[in-house]
Amino acid sequence: MGGFSTTIGKNKQNIVVVERKKKKLDKEAIIALLFIAPTFLGLLVFYMLPAIASFGLSFTSWDGITTPVFVGLENINTLLQDPTFQRSIINTIVFTIVSVPLSVVIATLVSLLLNQKIKGMVFYRTLYFLPVVTMPVAVGMVWKWLYNTEYGLINYILSVFHLPQPSWLFNPNIALFSVILVYVWMTVGNNVILLLAGLQGVSQSYYEAAQIDGASKLKQFFNITLPLITPTLFFVFITSMISSLQMFDLIFVMIGDNNALLDPLRTIVFGVYESGFKYSQMGIASAQAFLLFIAILAITIVQFIFQKKWVHYDS
Amino acid sequence: MIIPFLWMISTSFKSYGDSMQVPPDIIPKEWHPENYSKVFESVDFFKYYLNTIIVTVGRTLSQLLLCSLAAFAFARMKFPFKNVIFIAILSVLMVPPQVILIPNYAILAKLGWIDTFYALIVPGIFSAFGVFLLRQFFMGIPKELDEAAIIDGCSWWGIYWRVLLPNATPALIALGIFTALASWNDFLWPLIMTNSENMRVLSIGIASFQGQYSTNYPLLMAGALLSTIPMIILFIFLQKHLIAGISLSGVRK
Repeated sequence: MGGFSTTIGKNKQNIVVVERKKKKLDKEAIIALLFIAPTFLGLLVFYMLPAIASFGLSFTSWDGITTPVFVGLENINTLLQDPTFQRSIINTIVFTIVSVPLSVVIATLVSLLLNQKIKGMVFYRTLYFLPVVTMPVAVGMVWKWLYNTEYGLINYILSVFHLPQPSWLFNPNIALFSVILVYVWMTVGNNVILLLAGLQGVSQSYYEAAQIDGASKLKQFFNITLPLITPTLFFVFITSMISSLQMFDLIFVMIGDNNALLDPLRTIVFGVYESGFKYSQMGIASAQAFLLFIAILAITIVQFIFQKKWVHYDS
Repeated sequence: MIIPFLWMISTSFKSYGDSMQVPPDIIPKEWHPENYSKVFESVDFFKYYLNTIIVTVGRTLSQLLLCSLAAFAFARMKFPFKNVIFIAILSVLMVPPQVILIPNYAILAKLGWIDTFYALIVPGIFSAFGVFLLRQFFMGIPKELDEAAIIDGCSWWGIYWRVLLPNATPALIALGIFTALASWNDFLWPLIMTNSENMRVLSIGIASFQGQYSTNYPLLMAGALLSTIPMIILFIFLQKHLIAGISLSGVRK
């Protein structure tokens, strides 16, 4: 039975150690939670709870002032049958499918060019980043002016070469592509910066080894550079996709919000703005925002699943 | 790439008549720098500038402080439910800003903040992206530095303030630029959260400018350039740090 008391003694010792540890941990935990509290509470109040509320509101009819009335799936049903909403879905999808690959491919090529030690690199990088730092509203205005059918620079240049001069923004068949062109011009620099950061992480030793093996520049690109920057490419792809699915301000500036010409350019976020803040149909607006959220979530998840096929992480 | 900018600058110095000329002059026939002063005369551009600066500085500095504090705790400290809280914060990244627009409008209306600086600044100082970016960066800073500081009797605040922050300048600058840019250029949020002339920011200012002077492109271009220049200068000065900041944080993994 002698062993029993020693066990107790040990236990006592253990308890003391644990308690001392716990006390230290408690102080650390309290400070840590204090450090996190402002951000967490802010995100809770202005992001998490509103997101949940938005989900709830999408099942109601609400003018923004009186009490919301529960209508179940009516909003979603109405929306799915509404040709205007269908149009906005198609436009948003076309916008994303065309603009994202275009922007990523161009950004990859440009970042390769800019990832060299040549004079004036700061200047060239700034050049590509200029459109990114420019206010989208200002970008919209400049391009609207460039696209102007009578006095715009683009059609003037086309006329010099006796080429057809389309009415870029007012021809329903090409309006969306005209805006896509501006969007790609505006966003390519952002992706260039991210990809440059990725490229600078690729160790030079890989290239030295490849050169000894006599691999051509093209081979080096496909066998070394491209696989090694796939994590960055993946990030660029996801973020570009999410932001192009949320297209709003460019279109707002280039076409305006009260125009029959809007339909060829209407996007989902435009619908959220219009229903919510022009027609005070908060329920319908929330339903649209929520459908967009579901779509973005689904696409992001699919991309994360699909990434295993092409993204290589260092191990 | 740069042609739209050159065209913007060129147009901004033209007279109204010259801007409507076919074929257009690439270089203005006569220079009209007074377009720039006209922008300030015709609308309260100073006010827009001031408002935008207040909002951007307020959002950026507060966000850097709050995000870095939280990121420090996640990267360096032990506490219960750490992963659960972190995942909850990351889940915010998934929520498109448009989804929360309407409930936030309701919250801010309840608080009586619509059309005040509070509405423009406060919701914008909390950022899941910022916490994520800085945490990734902090994790890359050697832990030995903290341990040395602890032995020297540094408090947690001391480690954060005197060890981590000075070593995280590139990441702070990168996040600062992203936040400043997003805040400066933001359009949809101020469009909805403010309505008086007094609370207008630059993005809304030049958009409404367009409504008033829809065909006067020289004035529009001058206004557009004026509202963009501070961010261009900011980028030129900080671009080296920006790339360093990104390449050392999570993006590259």
